[in-house]
Amino acid sequence: MPESLTPESIAGAAYIVAALLFILSLAGLSRHETARAGVGYGIAGMTIALVATIWVTFQGAWDQPGTLLGLGLLVVTVLIGGSIGLWRARIVEMTGMPELIALLHSFVGLAAVIVGWNGHLDPPALDGSLADIHHAEVFIGIFIGGVTFTGSIVAFLKLSARMKSAPLVLPGKNVLNLGALVVFVGLTVWYVMDSQLWLLVLVTALAFALGWHLVASIGGGDMPVVISMLNSYSGWAAAAAGFLLNNDLLIVTGALVGSSGAYLSYIMCKAMNRSFISVIAGGFGIEAPAKADSDLGEYSEIQAVDAAEMLKGASSVVITPGYGMAVAQAQYPVAELTAKLRERGIDVRFGIHPVAGRLPGHMNVLLAEAKVPYDIVEEMDEINDDLAATSVVLVIGANDTVNPAAAEDPGSPIAGMPVLRVWEADNVIVFKRSMSTGYAGVQNPLFFRDNAQMLFGDAKERVEDILKSL
Amino acid sequence: MTRIGVVTEQGSETRVAATPATVKQLIGLGYEVVVEAGAGEASSFPDDAYVAAGAGLVTRESAFASDIVLKVNPPARDEIAALSPGTTLIGLLSPALRPDLVEALAARGVTALALDAVPRISRAQSMDVLSSMANIAGYRAVVEAAHEFGRFFTGQVTAAGKVPPAKVLVAGAGVAGLAAIGAASSLGAIVRATDPRPEVADQVKSIGGEYLKVEVEVEQSTDGYAKATSEAYDRRAAEIYSEQARDVDIVITTALIPGRPAPKLITAADVASMKPGSVVVDMAAGMGGNVEGSVAGERVVTPNGVVILGYTDLASRLPTQASQLYATNLVNLVKLLTPGKDGELVVDFDDVVQRSVTVVRDGETTWPPPPVQVSAAPAPGGQGGADAAASAAGPKPKRQLSPAGRAALIGVGIAGLFLLNAFAPQPLPQHITVFVLAVVAGFYVISKVAHALHTPLMSVTNAISGIIIVGAIVQVTSEVLAVQVLASIAILIASINVFGGFAVTRRMLSMFAKGDRASS
Repeated sequence: MPESLTPESIAGAAYIVAALLFILSLAGLSRHETARAGVGYGIAGMTIALVATIWVTFQGAWDQPGTLLGLGLLVVTVLIGGSIGLWRARIVEMTGMPELIALLHSFVGLAAVIVGWNGHLDPPALDGSLADIHHAEVFIGIFIGGVTFTGSIVAFLKLSARMKSAPLVLPGKNVLNLGALVVFVGLTVWYVMDSQLWLLVLVTALAFALGWHLVASIGGGDMPVVISMLNSYSGWAAAAAGFLLNNDLLIVTGALVGSSGAYLSYIMCKAMNRSFISVIAGGFGIEAPAKADSDLGEYSEIQAVDAAEMLKGASSVVITPGYGMAVAQAQYPVAELTAKLRERGIDVRFGIHPVAGRLPGHMNVLLAEAKVPYDIVEEMDEINDDLAATSVVLVIGANDTVNPAAAEDPGSPIAGMPVLRVWEADNVIVFKRSMSTGYAGVQNPLFFRDNAQMLFGDAKERVEDILKSL
Repeated sequence: MTRIGVVTEQGSETRVAATPATVKQLIGLGYEVVVEAGAGEASSFPDDAYVAAGAGLVTRESAFASDIVLKVNPPARDEIAALSPGTTLIGLLSPALRPDLVEALAARGVTALALDAVPRISRAQSMDVLSSMANIAGYRAVVEAAHEFGRFFTGQVTAAGKVPPAKVLVAGAGVAGLAAIGAASSLGAIVRATDPRPEVADQVKSIGGEYLKVEVEVEQSTDGYAKATSEAYDRRAAEIYSEQARDVDIVITTALIPGRPAPKLITAADVASMKPGSVVVDMAAGMGGNVEGSVAGERVVTPNGVVILGYTDLASRLPTQASQLYATNLVNLVKLLTPGKDGELVVDFDDVVQRSVTVVRDGETTWPPPPVQVSAAPAPGGQGGADAAASAAGPKPKRQLSPAGRAALIGVGIAGLFLLNAFAPQPLPQHITVFVLAVVAGFYVISKVAHALHTPLMSVTNAISGIIIVGAIVQVTSEVLAVQVLASIAILIASINVFGGFAVTRRMLSMFAKGDRASS
């Protein structure tokens, strides 16, 4: 073995390869054609990183007391964790994806907190300014990790309906958030000067509280952006741990995830006409003002048999699904309906709003699960101009994303949000359980339009009824 | 029972405020309807049709003596005198331009509702008589122009030679402008359009026109109408008009600014540069005119043989259509004012539409109404984004950094980074370098992501962020037992993340399929 080839240099080289593979992975995931290869790159990168880390950590450390126990713990925990992960990934319903991802984010956050704590409990031998920097890194790592942890937990609770999805509005919430940051900076300075354990406890509690509050003040309808934002936070948490541990791989990977997640959130914010700054600030959950709906007029109802007749006579059909389709698990009958209509020579397409569902791309995943060909699944901007020339639009469990008030009523809480202009079509059939409002708590004037008809009931059953009548 | 009277319009007006169809609707709302004999004659609605619809035929005096009087044009002095106090008058009153009329109505002690004061909000679209009339007028403007123009609109190649298509310029792409663009392009002409609001470009394109952009920044209007424009804009626009005037055969101008004289768009020099036989239709002639030399209500021929039409009654030149739309708008307003469908007219001042149209209430002047915000155009400048209350109240004002401000911000950032790197002890600068480069890479790598892949992308980045496991592995060999235990917990949860994240991403991606495979 040449002299220059030390374990550290090999690990360093492996890290660069791994980082590169991660970049390729993200790049691959940007397109359908390369998406699978992207996952492969990701797995390869992760494998290389793990093997290199384990090797460099354990080789030449056999004389130290903790090593054997450490190895045992490592093997056992990876086996347990890995099998839990694989098990959950296999059984999760596609409609439950948002919750799973939120929960996984919280794990990264918690792990970052633990790594930070360990950095305090087992500090490296440093002195002078390097020790100060180390202290600051411990603090920052714990803080970001803590915010990610509780933020993701709240997102998980809200998405799985274990917690009310309405935004929590504390008086002066912006001041609270800002105050927490100021306190954090103050504590950091204190800790750098005098590294006491109780300060660590305090900052952990502070971060947990801030994370909780940030996400609790955001309404359920805005969850897609929140999930993506938490994804970004979890990346920053990993990067902070990298600074703490002098580990370039962690820094590179964390920064990659952090910045790509932030950019993804930014894209989504633009799609929802939200301010990016206020998302990060956690204060953009909107309150739905109590509005008199008396002047909306009357809605008309339609039966499945008549809806089927209408579809038979249609030349073009656009289906705009929303969270309701996910809840009712209606994607399979919808896919079957699509196939049947296409056999009849009817042009069927899907119009997906950027924030339909509770996760970015949620609808695409569900439709893909049901084997709807993805070349007829179009984005809002692609299909919006065609809606006026469409015979029938089926709105399945969507509400706010097809609300004309967003385009026409400046007083509406969702004013300015781009929406699918389904009301321009000749006919609109709205599948809905009742006349209640959507996630944003806003009444939808679409239902009262002359060309809109309501088809009440469970979306899955109603679509199956239509299938029978076809 | 409340009685509605429909009266014959005076002068050259050919429209009527109610058609047999709307009479039926009014009766359905619980009203008794009487029509002055001959009121619908000019718009081809004979008296018999009104009677068949359930209206009574009465004399002029009797019609004016009704509880509610429906008209089209503002009442003349003698017509105001014919109204009895307490009567409700509904019609086009242009209250902003006619303070004398408002005063006279108030003095008479009536309630006056101006149909042309309906705010431009979507709920009130069904009553927006200005739009429905402008639509007709725009169409008619093209027909008038075609009538005067000595050539085809469409291009043809015939045995007798090639005919080039006519070129039409439409100034102002509001309702009238769009109607004109649509009519002209369906006749086969090449149509170009100008408008200070760049957002109408798509609308122009959608009905067959070409939008000529004036490359100057312009403020967005908040009330749905075009605003007065800036000086730089006007200069550039004037150049465009001069260029176009030399080229096109037909010019139709529709530019109106509410409550102000119409802007002069086409100068006498522009008209003089047009080809003989060209036609200019100035739809704003009644408001002072967009074209120098146009005369309200007149046909003028310039010395170089250009015909300038200043007709102000374009909508009335399609009387049947205009009456039908006008009457429908009017019925929709009455519907709004009759919430009980019981023939009781109620004006509710809490409703913004009803407040806006009410010019005089029981002899008391209520004009002008408080302004109504109708457009979702974002206000320029304004406060930053963190204020949640502001975001709930309306469209979010976007903070725009000036280029200089942005450059300064970037400069400060770079300088800060430089100082941090220059003074920080090793290995911090190296870490920061790696960090910054990775941030940039992450940003670019993802910038072209397909929307449908957001979820898989997120779950894969989630799996990758499980890299935190590396940190925990390094710590698991610690000599401190507590650290080892904590680190192994971290490894446990992070490995759930790594394995679960990759596995679920693979599962999701395996579902994405293209059409051919799905159907098999």
